[in-house]
Amino acid sequence: MKTFKLGGVHPPENKLSAEAVIETLPIPEQVVVPVGQHLGAPATPVVKRGDEVKVGQLIAKSSGFISANIHSPVSGKVFKIDNVYDASGFRRPSIIINVEGDEWLETINRSDDIDADIKLNSKEITDKLNEMGIVGLGGATFPSFVKLMVPEGKKVDYLIINGVECEPYLTSDHRLMMEKGEEMLIGTTILMKGLNTNKAMIGIENNKPDAIEHLKKLATKYKGISIHPLKVKYPQGGEKQLIKALTGREVPSGKLPLEVGCVVNNVGTAYAVYEAVQKNKPLFERVVTVTGKSVIQPSNFLVRVGTPIKSLIEAAQGLPDNTGKIISGGPMMGKAVLNTDIPVVKGTSGILLMADGDAKRGEVNTCIRCGKCVEACPMGLEPFLLSKSSKLAKFDVVEKELVMDCIECGSCSFTCPSNIPLLDYIRLGKNKVGQIIRNRNQK
Amino acid sequence: MSLLSISASPHVHGDNSVKKIMWGVVIAMVPAMLVSIYYFGLDAVRVTLIAVAASIFFEWFFQKYLIKGADTYMDGSAVITGVLLAFNVPSNLPWWIIVIGALVAIGIGKMSFGGLGKNVFNPALVGRVFLLISFPVQMTSWPKISPITNGIADAITGPTPLGIVKEGLDAGLTVDQVMAQVPSFMQQFIGGIGGSLGEVSALALLLGGFCLLRRKIITWEIPLSILLTVVIFSGIFWLIDPTHYVNPLFHLLTGGMMLGAIFMATDMVSSPMSRNGQLVYGVGIGLLTVTIRTWGAYPEGMSFAILLMNSVTPLLNKAFKPKRFGRK
Repeated sequence: MKTFKLGGVHPPENKLSAEAVIETLPIPEQVVVPVGQHLGAPATPVVKRGDEVKVGQLIAKSSGFISANIHSPVSGKVFKIDNVYDASGFRRPSIIINVEGDEWLETINRSDDIDADIKLNSKEITDKLNEMGIVGLGGATFPSFVKLMVPEGKKVDYLIINGVECEPYLTSDHRLMMEKGEEMLIGTTILMKGLNTNKAMIGIENNKPDAIEHLKKLATKYKGISIHPLKVKYPQGGEKQLIKALTGREVPSGKLPLEVGCVVNNVGTAYAVYEAVQKNKPLFERVVTVTGKSVIQPSNFLVRVGTPIKSLIEAAQGLPDNTGKIISGGPMMGKAVLNTDIPVVKGTSGILLMADGDAKRGEVNTCIRCGKCVEACPMGLEPFLLSKSSKLAKFDVVEKELVMDCIECGSCSFTCPSNIPLLDYIRLGKNKVGQIIRNRNQK
Repeated sequence: MSLLSISASPHVHGDNSVKKIMWGVVIAMVPAMLVSIYYFGLDAVRVTLIAVAASIFFEWFFQKYLIKGADTYMDGSAVITGVLLAFNVPSNLPWWIIVIGALVAIGIGKMSFGGLGKNVFNPALVGRVFLLISFPVQMTSWPKISPITNGIADAITGPTPLGIVKEGLDAGLTVDQVMAQVPSFMQQFIGGIGGSLGEVSALALLLGGFCLLRRKIITWEIPLSILLTVVIFSGIFWLIDPTHYVNPLFHLLTGGMMLGAIFMATDMVSSPMSRNGQLVYGVGIGLLTVTIRTWGAYPEGMSFAILLMNSVTPLLNKAFKPKRFGRK
């Protein structure tokens, strides 16, 4: 079975909610919709205080090439536009809407009928994804239409659909593949048309045998789509690692997957693409896993963007008393959040509650130069050296040792027997080196 | 709800720990330890206990009064140094020499650099080489080997196979003549060759080696590159002139070759980080060992070879980088 070669670790999978069918979460009384939910420039609000909005109505407009439209996830009245804490820990401009009813734009087709007939052409698909505010739902929230704009002279050999879900605990992609497999495959076909390619590979780790089997059965109906089971190894869901595992090609340092003829999209994105193109539905809701060892009922919810995470936690039978950390995302790359008022955004794949004991880091010992971090690094870097040099502020060394190649997967910190927070220091070094490079380029 | 902790990812940690690694090494040394008890009886227990106790004591002492850091005496690393030191000395060594060995190993070999993780050389080898140079008579008077089942260990002393061969060859005998005086290869492999505590059975050491590989405490690169280099390098001379150069198999099975390749050269702290660096390091140890054994003054060359390559480790770390992703 295929997997990537270099490095990688095996964190306990803990897919507690793998069997939990997706439930639709009730709409909250108020939603907080940040205008910067995607990679790139935050959107510009086009509504003001007191405006009436419908579900799916544009409320903030894409403000640059790499940016994305934001649509209202609810119907109601704009309460205010204010700075609110989001999962990043910063206060970000957000549109706060008081919910009244659930009135959708008429242009959205709300029927569940599966529509496999793709009427739009490549250019129209790209424009539609831009209009509907579709961004990558795997975590990086990169605007999807940009990925479809293949520059002159480049050719896409493979569209790769990422169904790996290598983060422990998370199951939203898994459930989506099980329950919306057909739609997801149509979405894949749409993306293939948008990219003018006739081959798509869906990579799924073999800890989801039901999803592999299910999609293999469905995929026989769709031309050019193949399903590929992958040997479980973190961080296989990383774009570069997945391309390597599936095609054997290595994206050159500092380059995009397009360089090796690949474009990668998440299964959630493929589903959102289906809804956008076939149902004219903007991206304003997504599947979010609520999980954790002490969570009474680990669940997968279909949630409107802007819903505070406390609503999700309540729906999963409440916040356990021993909760010591709340993470937006998975345990390897997720962000610890400040409180339970943080809103769900387009990129929220899961809410992970960790018990007090698990939330604390272990005692740090000295480096015993065991080399386990070097073994674990999927990019072939030397985390001990990057970390140490960052700590000593030797940023020239940090740059020379290729810190910018780091994908921040956390395998090094995970594996370090001395509990050294390697990635903390490496991030510091990466930020500094990034600044240094930008300053240098400006001169 | 208690206060939420905020920290950067990753939020989970694997089950690796320094203690687990160190005690894993100790466990891997048990087979060789048992074999030494089988052949040397209570003397083996005596030497091992004194070496381990002294090592733990000095680790505690220097940590408390010199480094003033956290308690590290039970993290297992001092135990490893103690056992390795015991493995490298004859079973009839007086107790005070063992204690001096532990003092030098832990005090100079390890704590003077700042303790675990900071030492340049393998501490046990520092101790061993110090003893070898300072107490050559006691360090090279090995009791004649006799299994514990035959009664108390013999009081007669005899040289190791390597010593016999070295002396024989130096005296102008041919390889065939000296080889007649040493145990057969099979005996060398299973156990029962004279020597220090830990070098009597290649088999027991290999068993420990597999244990270390399985638990991913060591990588195959270092032991294998050492052993292969020794076979190839000594094999070349043997093929050219088998009357003056010994069989490579003899090099492989005697004089702590296995002990060094599996347990001492692989010491994490003093060996290179990247796999390529480890290969070069292993080749270096192999070449130096055969060179010292064949043309040097000492019959045994492993300890010196490892210490010499230890000193090159920082350079190897600089010169040999891991295979980078997405770069030629």
